[in-house]
Amino acid sequence: MTHLEKLEQQSIYIIREAFNKFEPLGLLWSVGKDSSALLWLVRKAFFGHVPFPVIHIDTSYKIPEMIEYRDRLMREWNLNLIVGQNQEVLARGETYPNGSASRVRCCSLLKTEALNQVIHQHRFSGLIVGIRRDEEGTRSKERYFSPRDKSSEWNFKNQPPEFWDQFNTDFAPGTHVRVHPLLHWTEVNVWEYIHHEKIPVVSLYFANKGRRYRSLGCAPCSATVASEAKTVPEIIDELRKTKQSERSTRAQDQESEDAFERLRQSGYM
Amino acid sequence: MEQRSVESLLVEIQTTKQSMPSGDSPVRVVIVGHVDHGKSTFVGRLLWETGSLPTGKQEQIQTACQRRGVKFEWAFLMDAFQSERDQNITIDVAQTWLHTATREYVIIDAPGHREFLKNMVTGAASADAALLLIAANEGVREQTRQHGYLLSLLGVRQLVVLVNKMDLVGYDRAVFSHIESECSAFLKKAGIEPQVFIPIVAADGVNLAGPSGETPWYQGPSVVAAMDGFECLKAPSALPLRIPIQDVYRFDHRRILVGRVESGQVSVGDKLVFWPGGKEASVETIEAWSAPKKSGARTGETVGLTLKEQIFVERGQVATPEGMPPDVTHKFKARLFWLGKEPLVRNRSYKLKVTTQEVSCQVLSVDRVIDADSLGEVAGVRDSVGHNEVAEVTIHTRTPIAIDPYSENAATGRLVLADGTMLAGGGIAYKVLDAPSLKAGKGPAAERLTLQQRHHRFGHKSVVVWLAGEPAEISRIAQRLECILFARGMAVFLLDESNLTGVLTSMAPDLETLPPSRTSWNVAAAISETVLLLAQAGLVTLVAWPLPESVAASMRALAEQKNVGFLSVLLSSPGDTPAGDRVDSPEVAADQGSPSAYDLRLDIGEQAADAAALTEIVDKLTLGFQLPPPADYVI
Repeated sequence: MTHLEKLEQQSIYIIREAFNKFEPLGLLWSVGKDSSALLWLVRKAFFGHVPFPVIHIDTSYKIPEMIEYRDRLMREWNLNLIVGQNQEVLARGETYPNGSASRVRCCSLLKTEALNQVIHQHRFSGLIVGIRRDEEGTRSKERYFSPRDKSSEWNFKNQPPEFWDQFNTDFAPGTHVRVHPLLHWTEVNVWEYIHHEKIPVVSLYFANKGRRYRSLGCAPCSATVASEAKTVPEIIDELRKTKQSERSTRAQDQESEDAFERLRQSGYM
Repeated sequence: MEQRSVESLLVEIQTTKQSMPSGDSPVRVVIVGHVDHGKSTFVGRLLWETGSLPTGKQEQIQTACQRRGVKFEWAFLMDAFQSERDQNITIDVAQTWLHTATREYVIIDAPGHREFLKNMVTGAASADAALLLIAANEGVREQTRQHGYLLSLLGVRQLVVLVNKMDLVGYDRAVFSHIESECSAFLKKAGIEPQVFIPIVAADGVNLAGPSGETPWYQGPSVVAAMDGFECLKAPSALPLRIPIQDVYRFDHRRILVGRVESGQVSVGDKLVFWPGGKEASVETIEAWSAPKKSGARTGETVGLTLKEQIFVERGQVATPEGMPPDVTHKFKARLFWLGKEPLVRNRSYKLKVTTQEVSCQVLSVDRVIDADSLGEVAGVRDSVGHNEVAEVTIHTRTPIAIDPYSENAATGRLVLADGTMLAGGGIAYKVLDAPSLKAGKGPAAERLTLQQRHHRFGHKSVVVWLAGEPAEISRIAQRLECILFARGMAVFLLDESNLTGVLTSMAPDLETLPPSRTSWNVAAAISETVLLLAQAGLVTLVAWPLPESVAASMRALAEQKNVGFLSVLLSSPGDTPAGDRVDSPEVAADQGSPSAYDLRLDIGEQAADAAALTEIVDKLTLGFQLPPPADYVI
């Protein structure tokens, strides 16, 4: 097997374990490259089907192309889409673009809080999330099956052991588990897989007038990088050479040394 | 000391990245060793030495260090949590990617603190190879040994030892050699042979990426060169096929069994046998979506199979080729590490996971607790395995499982134990017990069932427990004993006055059917026959009836001949006249008082005395006959 095949097979195994163990199960889809590749892996695991709902947390600040792409795939791939939005906070206007919240606070309200609302409303016991270890320090310490308490908090100082592909699948009522089937992939691996499988991705990832998005988020907090990469192989080539870290264009991470740790501890993906 | 500039390294890395064969998997290397021996510092520095750090990362760390008023700390690269940086200790395992001139690595930085052993295991279990760090100024310490031994249990066989902080001992070769010989001897006992020992100073990069002027006496490879000698673990494709069934789906009118090929390979048309159970069916198709049509699958692939014959298969069963079955058993010996905060206790229920099988199990006996320091045995009989201890135990499962000894197949010979909702232990099955030989033929022969098969079914040996004493008293105790053993999941039956009298009368009306206190030799012999009959049915047979010693002795001899256990208990209440005095027959009276006739002599009467007597009998049964585990299988 090639390395990419090994990565794929491991992810499929994890996805099938999650499907066997958790009901109701959902998949968090940011419509970025990672969770879209993840969605593709789900279709592989279930022979073309997506047998559980797909959740998109819409902060209302997403770049319009992202929503277009989302709605197109929803139709073409026959997805049961749940859109989560913290309408109360949006009505109140307590957001970073309005100047009434810090970037991190805005993330926490519009993403983490909106996600918690969806989890409680649908009583999800398992959530599949497309994070990877190579993205960031605290994500590199994650488990494939990561328990969250009732308020979605991550007890990262006391994580259960996990080995030999035997996962912690029993949890107390009211808690849920984040399942991370892409944990062992790198950014380049994801693009290699997108190339190999011809998975459609948002056009924002490709260079337009010398710039492209490397990591997608909300418009006010996501920056573009200088790039001439107009095709997937060109992106792969560019990433193999770069020394820039992937999330360096995500402004909320840079607010303080522990900005991301605090976000993740309280339930951010 | 020769320090290469970051720029010169960058050039090297960029050329290597492009030449990397994209099809190869990175080698997974875990960094282990005692707390504070410099693991995270080593990883941070190695990332820098190999040019694997992203832009700005070093500056970010510099800021974090200045904020805390400490000098530049390489460990902060891996210790991402605030609490890790504040305490300068690694709490949880981190993984990162690294490139050398020849290939890519995944580096797994494991915590060394004893408290976080569960996180070390989490990281090390998936590694192809390990680097064991030992601080030269401290030498081999507790976690050096424990990690070494755990690597062996986890199946990590490729090891390089790094003797770190050589600057603190003045680059003294004698210190290095002493650690080398002490550590080699220890690792040999644990079953691992290190490939090489390398003197290093992680913080300064000495001997990390190239030779160093500080250790002219060292002629061996640098760390990077030694790592380049590691190999990825090979998939066990030459072993017999094992596909533990993960789930059964029904999509588009197809019933698809999914599972991962843990060893061997499978092709369309192959005849498969599913264990436990032994049902057979052939592979009709190997399903795949958005992929070319498949005619076969290799080790490591997650497959979807449809079968020609419609048989019932469920998650947990293991598909194997005809003639190459696993062992199917209730009982096996395991070598395991226990990570739970609460100890692993004998006769309590735990969830056992072997591949996709999940069953209730109990530890029948703690056979040996291994001292991580000496690799010797911890003295004394133990009823439990404590936090972070390693032990050999005998495990009994509620329902039979399909398992291979670890030496024959690692994937199907590994197990984990969950205590409540959390994984708490793991290990390997090193010896399978009580498994009928499936390997010889095709399941049990159609001959008369053996006692062994009955034992296997009930999950325990059959034993005769003879309770002697005052008839009403022993009946009372016996009834409680029967309930206790029954609650423990045993097949148990009590023979006492209430059911024996009727049987004896109808079976042989000419027998002198007197109350138990007036048992004749003939009646005693008839009772003995009845008892042995029930015992041969596989039951734990309790008999509450006074019997002459000669009859009891021959019953014991016959029982042992038939591989049935035998336990005799004399129960007496305070103020009782000796039991023998109340038996009328002189023959019986003469030989019942002999102390050698009883395995246990216990006082009863008060509630506390009764309870103590019952506990003693149950303990004796459990220990003496490895009886029944099953305390509270109802979870």
